Amino acid sequence: MEKFILIFRHEDGSKIASPEQMQVWMKQTMDWIGGIAAQNKFVEGNGLPFHNARVVGHKGVVTNGPFGDIKETIGGFIIVKAESVDEAVAFAKGCPVLQGEGNTVEVRRVAADDGVH
Amino acid sequence: MQQDLIPHLFRTEYSKIVAVLSRLLGLQHLDVAEDIAADTFLAAMEIWPYKGVPTNPEAWVYVVAKNKVRNHLARSAIFMKKVAGGLARDASQIEYPEIDLSEQNISDSQLQMLFAVCHPALSVEAQLGLALKVLCGFGIEEIANALLSNKDTIQKRLYRAKKALREVGLKMELPNASAINERLDSVLTTLYLLFNEGYYSESDDNVLREDLCREAIRLTGLLIENEATRQPEVLALMALMHFHSSRFAARKNERGEMILYDDQDEQLWDREMITKGVYYLHAASQGERLSKYHLEASIAYWHTQKADTKEKWDNILQLFNKLLRLQYSPAAALNRTYALYKVHGRAKAIEEAEKMSLSDNHYYHILLGSLYSGVDNSCALTHLDVAYELAKSAAEKAMILKKCAKLRKWMLRHGFYYMYNKP
Repeated sequence: MEKFILIFRHEDGSKIASPEQMQVWMKQTMDWIGGIAAQNKFVEGNGLPFHNARVVGHKGVVTNGPFGDIKETIGGFIIVKAESVDEAVAFAKGCPVLQGEGNTVEVRRVAADDGVH
Repeated sequence: MQQDLIPHLFRTEYSKIVAVLSRLLGLQHLDVAEDIAADTFLAAMEIWPYKGVPTNPEAWVYVVAKNKVRNHLARSAIFMKKVAGGLARDASQIEYPEIDLSEQNISDSQLQMLFAVCHPALSVEAQLGLALKVLCGFGIEEIANALLSNKDTIQKRLYRAKKALREVGLKMELPNASAINERLDSVLTTLYLLFNEGYYSESDDNVLREDLCREAIRLTGLLIENEATRQPEVLALMALMHFHSSRFAARKNERGEMILYDDQDEQLWDREMITKGVYYLHAASQGERLSKYHLEASIAYWHTQKADTKEKWDNILQLFNKLLRLQYSPAAALNRTYALYKVHGRAKAIEEAEKMSLSDNHYYHILLGSLYSGVDNSCALTHLDVAYELAKSAAEKAMILKKCAKLRKWMLRHGFYYMYNKP
């Protein structure tokens, strides 16, 4: 069993949806994560609020961001346990974020802390 | 009539005396404390049947116990003098320590004992066994019945547990402020297991099972009475225990068979228990921490509402989602899937249930049996058959057979229906 991080990239939901719609998404996300946890495959996860985000660039230049030009910013992540990248991809396919066109879930294996990687 | 009072009196007073004496003599002399308590009741059994039960049995028991402690101390002083070097003073001049059997000292001592027996150096089984023996005053046979084991195993387990306690060199005291939360975790786990052992145990002895739950509640009460240990998690666990206990009378029929939640008579639910549970849950919600006990108590709260509302199941599903994120358990996973069915329908629940690797768990097959009922009945029956094979207790097997019979009857009725209504 390996660990994979599922990184959600999507627009700032609060800019395009009503609070009611946001609440529906939130519930869907909790159900989706609950389903993974019910298989004992959930490790951890969190949302990354868009509010008050900063990007620190070369020579310490600080900007508000990373929004504006980039449409796909990271809105959250979860880490799951999976037998293979395919199983992790199967989890990712259920992510409610994907209901939005252009949104993505990036699946990356987390390096094991075993001195090899 | 008054003779009936004795067994329960012994059980309660035993644990009090053992705790107080262990505090007085030191935890390494737990065996001595237990012997003195047992001897005291032996004396009562020799005297009371012939002379009658004293008007104040507790006071009688305490006087006798105190005398036995003095005798013990005198004997060990003489031993010290005669055998171990003669440094001790004359036995008649021994200064006896005060044996304080006041209510305050009893509850303080029991609280310290609770922390001692729940020490992480002891295995969970050892903690449970020892808690039942020294804090609940259960006999070896009762413990064996309650924990579905046998007397030999329990005896060995207790022996090893006491040895481990001596080796750790634990003192009778509350952990200091920096360690108390960590130690409290392990105390709560033990109390939670103790309660579950009573509530879900496959032991057929109903009286014993309810006693176990009551004892778990009493010991949790010790933690709540003390300011240092009155933490939100403790209050949440207390709420959970009350919500569950409210259904005791409704869970069994007169033949001792299990009645499932859906079929229970709501009128038999203990409203007072529920009200107390709400009180504790409210008190538990004052802090910042959201423990698994908070989540489980909230789930249990929603189950005290019998009506099948959308609000109820929405809340239960979200609470199970949170609980599983905090800590996985097969029971939580299965119960969440049932809530998922209530909120999002059978197809969704079946889809998620099929992904779980719990095929050696009979509750898993009971769940799939009920999810498939009315959709794919032969599949439902297959799952119930597997559940029947895997179930351990007679009560559960009977419950599964009942479900099968109900399903077959339903199939028969609907089979006829389809036959008569063929186009």
